[in-house]
Amino acid sequence: MTDIGFVRSDLVEARPAPVRTTGAIAWAQKNLFSTPLDTVLTILGLLFLAWIVPPLYGFFFGNAVGPNGTVEQCRMENAGACWAYISSEMEFFIYGFYDIPEQWRPNIVFALGALLLVPLLIPKAPFKKTNAVLFLAVYPIVSYFLLAGGVFGLREIPTEKWGGLLVTLILSVIGITLSFPLGVILALGRQSSMPIIKTVCVGFIELIRAVPLITILFMASIMLPLFMPQGMTVDKFLRAIVGVTLFTSAYVAEVVRGGLQAIPRGQYEAASALGLGYWKRMWFIILPQALKHVIPGIVNNFIALFKDTSLVYIVGMKDLLEAVKTKNDTALEWQSGNTATTGYIFAAMVFWVFCFGMSRYSIYMERRLNTGYKR
Amino acid sequence: MTTRDLGHDAAPRVSFYNDPKIRGYIYQFIVAAVLVGFIFWIVKNTAANLAAQNKTTGFDFLWKTAGFDISFSLLPWSRASFYWEAFLVGILNTLLVAFIGIILATMLGFTLGIARLSSNFIISSLATIYIEVIRNIPLLLQLFFWYFAVLKAMPAVRNSIALPFDAFINQRGIMVPRPIPDEQFGFTWIGIALAIAAVIALRIWAKRRLEATGQRFPVFLVGLAILIVIPTIVFVVSGASVAFELPVLERFNFKGGLQIPPEFAALLLGLTIYTAAFIAETVRGGIQAVNHGQTEAAQSLGLKDNDRLRLIVIPQAMRVIVPPLTSQYLNLTKNSSLGAAIGYQELFNVFGGTSLNQTGRAIECIAMVMLVYLTFSLLTSALMNWYNARVKLVER
Repeated sequence: MTDIGFVRSDLVEARPAPVRTTGAIAWAQKNLFSTPLDTVLTILGLLFLAWIVPPLYGFFFGNAVGPNGTVEQCRMENAGACWAYISSEMEFFIYGFYDIPEQWRPNIVFALGALLLVPLLIPKAPFKKTNAVLFLAVYPIVSYFLLAGGVFGLREIPTEKWGGLLVTLILSVIGITLSFPLGVILALGRQSSMPIIKTVCVGFIELIRAVPLITILFMASIMLPLFMPQGMTVDKFLRAIVGVTLFTSAYVAEVVRGGLQAIPRGQYEAASALGLGYWKRMWFIILPQALKHVIPGIVNNFIALFKDTSLVYIVGMKDLLEAVKTKNDTALEWQSGNTATTGYIFAAMVFWVFCFGMSRYSIYMERRLNTGYKR
Repeated sequence: MTTRDLGHDAAPRVSFYNDPKIRGYIYQFIVAAVLVGFIFWIVKNTAANLAAQNKTTGFDFLWKTAGFDISFSLLPWSRASFYWEAFLVGILNTLLVAFIGIILATMLGFTLGIARLSSNFIISSLATIYIEVIRNIPLLLQLFFWYFAVLKAMPAVRNSIALPFDAFINQRGIMVPRPIPDEQFGFTWIGIALAIAAVIALRIWAKRRLEATGQRFPVFLVGLAILIVIPTIVFVVSGASVAFELPVLERFNFKGGLQIPPEFAALLLGLTIYTAAFIAETVRGGIQAVNHGQTEAAQSLGLKDNDRLRLIVIPQAMRVIVPPLTSQYLNLTKNSSLGAAIGYQELFNVFGGTSLNQTGRAIECIAMVMLVYLTFSLLTSALMNWYNARVKLVER
């Protein structure tokens, strides 16, 4: 036992207690100045903020021309964002060329949508089933007749006149509600043991995922009329919906497949052993578990769809972005150094609010449904 | 209690349409029949429509003169070039912007992803703000912003803004000096190749020595030194020189130098900034996916911070990061087709846009464009499968 070189026989002196573990200074020590490198990074970060924040503040607030300003103010040297331009063109950004006296119709559609959607999103709100049926089945039909008109003495307004945020929202809502079930069916088909069905689904999913949305929309706009019998025309709006829905459904299918594969085999077998047929097995046992796993992925696809609606200019529609761009290019009475920038920033803010809202909601839902996996 | 003989030996009597196997056949038959019918219907309609519009089909147009201008091309291009040359120019332009974009987005994305995990509050907040803002705004909008609101709003040629290193920026793009290596410069290329070979040899030797004796060799520093020193020596000894052709303002425009058109710059900027936000999230997810126990185990083995990251955390994180990273690369390549909206002449713009409009061969043009993207996609997924198989966890 003599080859042990060093054995400590007495205790090490206790270290002094840390001075502070709570409070602002301790927080700063821990999060801002814990190491020399940290300190350097903090200083660099602060310098960056000092460099970027004042000009941004000046642009958005300090030197900006308020909603009631005039174009002369926007044209002044050092003028910031031209919010007056946004407020004066707001109508076009929201409704496009929709006839001004008839704009109460889109307003009702917006209000009705919010009224039905909000209780659907709040988990505690009652009448979920009725609500869902109203939102998914009744609301689209009512909205269509309300917007397009031609019945009940409402003046007919062709879809070419729809535009702005109205188009962006309609496309997204329809795209989301259609692509989700389609995606689930495709995912089930891909998992199927029937070779023909499997091949068809795999081929469709892989083909769609391989090409950019722009080519799909282009195909919908140029090829779809070719595919139809002679004399039959397809509405531009419908072409865009078909393109966006098919595109998103392929991505949703891949996400759902991930969820299906994460379900242990025992669940399938237990469901079969209970004597449930294929659809009952899927509907009651597999899908509720699988979909819960993949909520973030699905919502990411919906966010992508919302952003992708900006590409429908390919089929000649004026969504929010295209409406803003049109006004930027053509509103000569608002021409100034910052008009275009302000327009794009406004569109970016609208898109951002919706997308960020969706992603926050998905995080909330994920936490709520995260039962049994987290302790 | 009486029992009934259930006839266990005989097969249960079920109607044929309740037999899952036969049902499967019936379903498949129906799907196949509907699909074939649908395709037949489409082909018939298309043929009738084409006949009614007096349009011909076929790929013969590829050998006709294109007759339009392509302002930015890696291959020699003139109005007399053929359509198949336009096709190649389009592919190359797409690949060029995708290649540079992937490199830049990877660098920016990894930096941001690591910054977001930083323990420094300011750094991680800045990274979070960047990611959350950029991810939630459509790429097309960002491209419009960079192109119309930033680059096209630059001053006219006369009042170009001078940047350091004799570069200029104006409405027509960014002008930078063009390096012109002389004939002796060829030796330097050989020197670079030699240096790379030497570094690879050094790595192999160092690894063998480590496994045999346990002694470590600073491969990274020595390798870096080799990479810098050998080409420099060759460059000096061979007496090579690199001249720079500077952009010079003439009467109406800049002459000489490397002129980067604003369309290319805007597309590259937009793609890089947008994709970097997604890559950053991938990187963050990958690093967080490494079990904390791994870090603790490495610490208790006595590995230093550096070695712990290099040998334990990063290899495991990469396994999670690489598959979504490749799909981000693919997304970037596909998103480069949005360049068509700001006038960058990439594949979709050249072939799905101009060529299609001029020839009217919609089906052929779209099919060729789609085929190219399909090839990119298949190549990427083949690469990814290979990588996944290589790094897969081997259990027992």
